[in-house]
Amino acid sequence: MADVPDNAPEHCPGTQSEQAGKTSSCQGCPNQKICASGATKAPDPAIAEIGEKLSIVKHKILVLSGKGGVGKSTFSAHLAHALASDGTKEVALLDVDICGPSIPRIMGLEGEQVHQSGSGWSPVYVEDNLAVMSIGFLLGSLDDAVIWRGPKKNGMIKQFLRDVDWGELDYLIVDTPPGTSDEHLSIVQYLSSTHVDGAVILTTPQEVSLQDVRKEIRFCQKVKLPIIGVVENMSGFVCPKCKNTSQIFPPTSGGAEQMCADLNLPLLGKVPLDPRIARSCDEGKSFLNEVPDSPAAEVYQRIVQSIQDYCSNHVTEEQSTT
Amino acid sequence: MEQNNESNLAQVRHVVLVLSGKGGVGKSTITTELALALRHAGKKVGILDVDLCGPSIPRMLSMGRPDVHQCDSGWVPVYTDAQKSLALMSIGFLLEDPDEAVVWRGPKKTAMIGQFVSDVAWGELDVLLVDTPPGTSDEHLAVLENLKKHRVDGAILVTTPQAVSTGDVRREITFCKKTGVRILGIVENMSGFVCPHCSECSNIFSKGGGEELAKMTGSVFLGSVPLDPLLSTSIEDGKDFIQSFPDSATFSAISSISQTLLDSLQTA
Ligand SMILES: Nc1ncnc2c1ncn2[C@@H]1O[C@H](COP(=O)(O)OP(=O)(O)OP(=O)(O)O)[C@@H](O)[C@H]1O
Ligand SMILES: Nc1ncnc2c1ncn2[C@@H]1O[C@H](COP(=O)(O)OP(=O)(O)OP(=O)(O)O)[C@@H](O)[C@H]1O
Ligand code: SF4
Ligand SMILES: [Mg+2]
Ligand SMILES: [Mg+2]
Ligand SMILES: [Zn+2]
Repeated sequence: MADVPDNAPEHCPGTQSEQAGKTSSCQGCPNQKICASGATKAPDPAIAEIGEKLSIVKHKILVLSGKGGVGKSTFSAHLAHALASDGTKEVALLDVDICGPSIPRIMGLEGEQVHQSGSGWSPVYVEDNLAVMSIGFLLGSLDDAVIWRGPKKNGMIKQFLRDVDWGELDYLIVDTPPGTSDEHLSIVQYLSSTHVDGAVILTTPQEVSLQDVRKEIRFCQKVKLPIIGVVENMSGFVCPKCKNTSQIFPPTSGGAEQMCADLNLPLLGKVPLDPRIARSCDEGKSFLNEVPDSPAAEVYQRIVQSIQDYCSNHVTEEQSTT
Repeated sequence: MEQNNESNLAQVRHVVLVLSGKGGVGKSTITTELALALRHAGKKVGILDVDLCGPSIPRMLSMGRPDVHQCDSGWVPVYTDAQKSLALMSIGFLLEDPDEAVVWRGPKKTAMIGQFVSDVAWGELDVLLVDTPPGTSDEHLAVLENLKKHRVDGAILVTTPQAVSTGDVRREITFCKKTGVRILGIVENMSGFVCPHCSECSNIFSKGGGEELAKMTGSVFLGSVPLDPLLSTSIEDGKDFIQSFPDSATFSAISSISQTLLDSLQTA
């Protein structure tokens, strides 16, 4: 049974929630009896199915931030591009931002639709070895808003993990929405029977952003999600004319560097502001291909290398302990 | 509760939501600056911050984490000044540990926001600005459901110029149409950065996307606010930008937006 059955009223708390069958919205719902009996609260069988399905995915990486607009989607997309530049690797990018999916545009796939295949939904391919899935591919038009409450979003994320025909993968990268909400809980829960390498945390340098990011780090610790490291994005802007650097988003509390020192986390790198990054995203191109020799592209490459190292080291660690 | 709601918002003249489908475009910054600008124009202003996962306004107004009190009709907002011309109530004030992540699923958020929105004793206000989290989900629906019992004049949509952002805001416009919220106008934030060293203007996040979106969707364009390090620094320190930099282009942009907003509220 899905989290919110089609015949449930608008305020359905979700059939697996504590309150299933007991809230005021449940009064008169045709499912009330079964929900109140507790039968729907048993662990979702989908978790085991997803574990099975994703057992052929070698590495799973989540991209997170408590703060909005810090560059999660931009980073996820470029991490995917960089990993897929090795033609022997199979890479997939999953966008679980249900209300604000940016990945279709950033990957140059706006207007694409998913196809039903024998074994599920087939993702959209940018290259032979780079697959993408987003709710954007299920919407009819660019004006369509997804006005969904939590339980319905959870159902969608479950489908993305269970019903998409991912095939054998080296890397699955998951781009998440801002905050700590249904989407985050769901992705962690649905991946709980499979190995997740860890999370990459994005932030910008200023305290207004860091105060939310610290909370996200606590969330990771709470749900026992390892943190691969922190990326500071939009750190400093070099004027193309006079070459002076401006701190547009000033690191008033010491930026990601101080936070990483305080919390004992690796800082993977600092990506500067570069108008060509925003333009590449708008045009659906890879900044790494457009301007490969820019300082920002070099930082990206170094960060990607650290992530690859982390993933391969952890595989050997695990194998040697089991 | 119903009764509380009636009396608590009865003396609030206008209710304006600040929305964006996109994260980090400056909803909280624009909310803060508009509130300050309206206060400078002699208005009594309130800010309701319903961002459970990332409440930013307390820091932006240098309010820290005050103890909030309850009176007979509900929570008493905190005031930033002795004249009580700027009132703030943040859902962050009600959380036990401000550093703890609020990891709640939608139904719990809906319940908390529902209660919170109806339960603040605002007293008399000219304008109540509501700062929202990014997206179009539980929090937004909960806020609307509860405020609509009283009144919602409309929404200001904030976007940054680039297509990645205006694309999300396009969907937000559909959200407003579907939920029957009038769009008071679109603000383009972070448009153009003028180098403080050589005055060269760089369009870091491109330019003009907000105005284009307004044209395309037949919405009012309220104006654009430049990307200004003095503004982000001032927001970081919780200072009053408008008092510190009255001559800046950024200030004149903000005050003209607040004036246009006031005009449209009064004629509606
Ligand atoms: N280093 C950078 N320099 C210039 N522009 C950047 C940089 N990083 C990201 N951007 C641009 O900033 C905007 C926000 O980035 P992005 O959409 O990736 O953030 P996000 O964290 O995914 O946002 P949301 O919280 O809404 O999901 C995009 O238009 C992106 O192209
Ligand atoms: N015009 C501007 N010039 C310089 N910095 C700005 C400007 N507008 C916003 N900022 C900075 O950008 C950051 C993001 O802004 P803000 O927190 O207001 O966005 P938001 O839309 O409320 O984000 P969220 O989606 O996380 O709630 C803040 O650090 C803020 O100080
Ligand atoms: S009884 Fe309640 S929990 Fe169960 S489907 Fe109906 S509304 Fe949802
Ligand atoms: Mg994103
Ligand atoms: Mg905000
Ligand atoms: Zn310069």
